Amino acid sequence: MFGLTIEQIAFIFRGAGWTIVLSLLGFVGGTLLGLPVALARASRRRSLKIVSGLFVQLVQGIPLPVIMFVVYFGISIGGYDVPALVAAGIAMTLYSSAYLGEIWRGCIQAVPKTQWEAGECLALTNTQRFVFVILPQALRMAVPPTVGFLVQIVKNTSYAVVIGFFDLTYSAKVINNSTFMPFTVFTIAALIYFAICFPMSVMARRFERRLNRT
Amino acid sequence: MRGCALSYEFDFSFLNDYMPELWHGIWLTLGMTIVSIVPGFALGTSCAIGRLYGPPWVQRIVTIYVEGIRNTPLIIQVFWLFFGLAVLQVRVGPFPAAVIALVINVGAYTAEIMRAGFLSIPKGQLEAAACLALKPSQSLWSVQIPQAVERVYPALVSQFVLMMLATSIMSQISAEELTGVAYMIQSFTFRGFEVYLVIAVIYFVMACLLRLTLLGVAQVSFPRRRRLGTPL
Repeated sequence: MFGLTIEQIAFIFRGAGWTIVLSLLGFVGGTLLGLPVALARASRRRSLKIVSGLFVQLVQGIPLPVIMFVVYFGISIGGYDVPALVAAGIAMTLYSSAYLGEIWRGCIQAVPKTQWEAGECLALTNTQRFVFVILPQALRMAVPPTVGFLVQIVKNTSYAVVIGFFDLTYSAKVINNSTFMPFTVFTIAALIYFAICFPMSVMARRFERRLNRT
Repeated sequence: MRGCALSYEFDFSFLNDYMPELWHGIWLTLGMTIVSIVPGFALGTSCAIGRLYGPPWVQRIVTIYVEGIRNTPLIIQVFWLFFGLAVLQVRVGPFPAAVIALVINVGAYTAEIMRAGFLSIPKGQLEAAACLALKPSQSLWSVQIPQAVERVYPALVSQFVLMMLATSIMSQISAEELTGVAYMIQSFTFRGFEVYLVIAVIYFVMACLLRLTLLGVAQVSFPRRRRLGTPL
């Protein structure tokens, strides 16, 4: 097919499977770490705000490949020998938690102040107010940008190739090195990425339009 | 400079030995970024205009370009271009290839940002331009583009900073920018962790400086905004 054997194409698709695995790892990890980051960024405690703000600034100011390298070598000097998937997963977690935290902080703060005040008038405790009044409204607003950011996560897993993680980019590179048909190989890889990312982009836009209408 | 953690001796002595290489890497990273910003912005703005005001076939081509680039990773685009040109027997060095890829990439993102900027211009401004008998090109050049840029400037700055950070994968096509230099140093010294910590700090400082510089440019070039005292 297109001058490639079935095995070679299957090899590329095997890489695509690992890209999806790493994306899921990054999203789940990013959610688990990103929620506390968002809460800390939106909290009224100065110290929490400063520390979480520093974390976000730091991660957003360092290229993801460099984060991958730091994690990769950091684990190895700790005396552990782990597969590249773990290092890449940790790096993706750090990366996406910073961005997701920032997105969700915006959503929490976009809930009108009167909602907080109304909660207070109803004699809700701080936690109740946050969980039952603010969070549901913030979540609704958070859906479109979060889906949009998923596209970024999938695309950015391609940087894991720098630490030798076997993903779609890596497998395409290997096949290109052995066949030297870059247009065919990388077009196939690009189409696979596109097939994963484009539906999510469309969905994000649709969610956003629906949110704006209501 | 020595510290002890997990019975690991930190060793930053490579900083002395490889200073010239590090500076060279910094220069190359900055050069790549600065050379790509202006053509990338021009390409993006033209695409935004084409998508908003062009004939249907132009709109369709621009849409395919923007969606295609925005939904695939930069590294695949770079490989496609660099290895593809090699197959076509076109001799392009890693640096020009990296710049071309960056311009194409950032052009697509800029197109979306600028489109939002054009759409956010109040209708009254366009009507005023028409009342003054400005030709469409004049209205575009002296009314719409300045206002659109002013509105979306913070988003553009973020995009250009992200592009600077993205240059870090250009070492994959053997353009020896900062990350490539780091890889070279760590392969000689076996001090991967320390090397990349230093590189991370350098990138962080460069990102801050680039952001400050671009915001400074805005302070100078948007006098109206400065007069009104509205923050960017």
